[in-house]
Amino acid sequence: MTAPAVRFADVAVTFGRRTIWREATFTIPRGAFCALIGPSGSGKTTLLRIILGELRPSVGRVEVLGAPPRRGNRAIGLVPQRGVLLDDLAIRARDLVMLGLNGHRWGFGGGNADDRRRVERALDAVGLLDYADEPVGTLSGGQQQRLFIAQALLDRLELLLLDEPFANLDVKNEHEIVALCRSVHREQGATIVVVTHDLNPVLNVIDHVVYVLDGRPREGSIDEVLTTETLSRLYGTPVQALRAADGSMFIR
Amino acid sequence: MDHLVGLFQYDFLRHAVLAGTIVAITAGALGYFVVLRQLSFAAHALAHIGFSGATGAVWLGLNLVAGMVAFTVAAAIGIGALGDRLRGRDVAIGTVLAFVTGLGYLFVSQTTRLAGRATSILFGDLLAISAESVVVTAVLGALSVLVLGAIYRPLLFASVDPAVAATRGVPVRLVGIGFLILLAITVSTSVQVVGVLLIFALLVTPAATAQRLTAHPGRSLALSVVFAVVSVWAGLVLAVLIPWPPSFFITAVSFAIYLLVVWRVPSLGSPIARSSRRTVKPPSRPARDSLPAERPTSPLG
Repeated sequence: MTAPAVRFADVAVTFGRRTIWREATFTIPRGAFCALIGPSGSGKTTLLRIILGELRPSVGRVEVLGAPPRRGNRAIGLVPQRGVLLDDLAIRARDLVMLGLNGHRWGFGGGNADDRRRVERALDAVGLLDYADEPVGTLSGGQQQRLFIAQALLDRLELLLLDEPFANLDVKNEHEIVALCRSVHREQGATIVVVTHDLNPVLNVIDHVVYVLDGRPREGSIDEVLTTETLSRLYGTPVQALRAADGSMFIR
Repeated sequence: MDHLVGLFQYDFLRHAVLAGTIVAITAGALGYFVVLRQLSFAAHALAHIGFSGATGAVWLGLNLVAGMVAFTVAAAIGIGALGDRLRGRDVAIGTVLAFVTGLGYLFVSQTTRLAGRATSILFGDLLAISAESVVVTAVLGALSVLVLGAIYRPLLFASVDPAVAATRGVPVRLVGIGFLILLAITVSTSVQVVGVLLIFALLVTPAATAQRLTAHPGRSLALSVVFAVVSVWAGLVLAVLIPWPPSFFITAVSFAIYLLVVWRVPSLGSPIARSSRRTVKPPSRPARDSLPAERPTSPLG
């Protein structure tokens, strides 16, 4: 049996005297499509940083893909929060994706013919081949997200992490990002973890939820979490989980 | 032309061409990353700190370039240690900067050895570079280019997208400090050519011009080097023909190239540039003449 994608066992994180959260015990199974939710400032990004091996927990044990988290694990892809690519950044889309392939290696040069083919395949997979020579800063928010997904697709992707991918995105772009994640999920069998404060875009595709409530990250099944009560507690304001006639859900 | 070539028998001109070219190559190459990483202010700060290093060294009777390298490398490590927290630290850097520059002025006031040298540190003195300085410049320049070549890819990754670079195993912080040290060394050697106050002409302007022309990293870096070298060479030729300081001509040529490009070439983000970007246009040709049919804007665009 393969190890779960992510396992936290009684993990706590403190910065100085401040406890971000504690008693984090949850599992994200392999092949899950998981939403990681919680109010702003509840430490969602901290969870992500621990999974990426950028931060060590103060207490507890963490396993990612069956091993302690470490930087540079190429089976993990990250779609960072928006705004990391500056508007006037003079580097082409294909260069950014290429860096995902060779950017960690010392030296210079842009990769051989085989590398270039791999980059073009990845750009094609996210529908950005026509934009390969555009400066990344001129791409829209949704296109930039897809560019990072292309970067993640270069290697054998097992775990894709998306950090607030829907911030400042219109509905059409939301749909496209979700559709792309679903195809990565289906075709590569990758585990998808979406950190978001807005559940609606992924409400009908997720099969697992990790949520931070009262300073404690925990997991839940869809039926448990996506109720009017739990969500209202989670957001600290009354919200309603509604089911439309076709069976799809939304929250307002 | 014979007149110009004949001038090469003079040591001081040979030194000027050699040191000027080496500095232009290193400053042009590092400038690419200064602009990409938005480190103009850090470069400016290092130059001013270098002024104190230079005047301090002369006051103590030490080598000028050595003094600058010592001061600026120490400062670079300090700035680098701030890391991510560097953003928004303009006020802190500016405060330290004012004090350190004041220190430089104290050194100037305490010694007679500096008579006249202060001006050449501030504005450069390309025609007064000694054989020894040429050797020091060549060694430091070669070292900088070699190290830059070695860290190029991780540095590019860390400059463009530090978050993902870190997850992919790039030592982002270390690479950043390494680059600042290279920058400190290059600032120190550049001061001989254009001085503390005019250093942007070689370290920022050529790279900013190049990044306006192409988003291809390799080509942009090469163009930046070309613009810096052309500025120094043209500046020197003009200084031989007209008895004005070479520093002035170098900054003027560098600025002229920049103006020409800004005037003739739309910025990378503009719709015109978007649809005609595949080729690098020489600045003399208006971009509009070579426009292919404009691609319809993507619904995502």
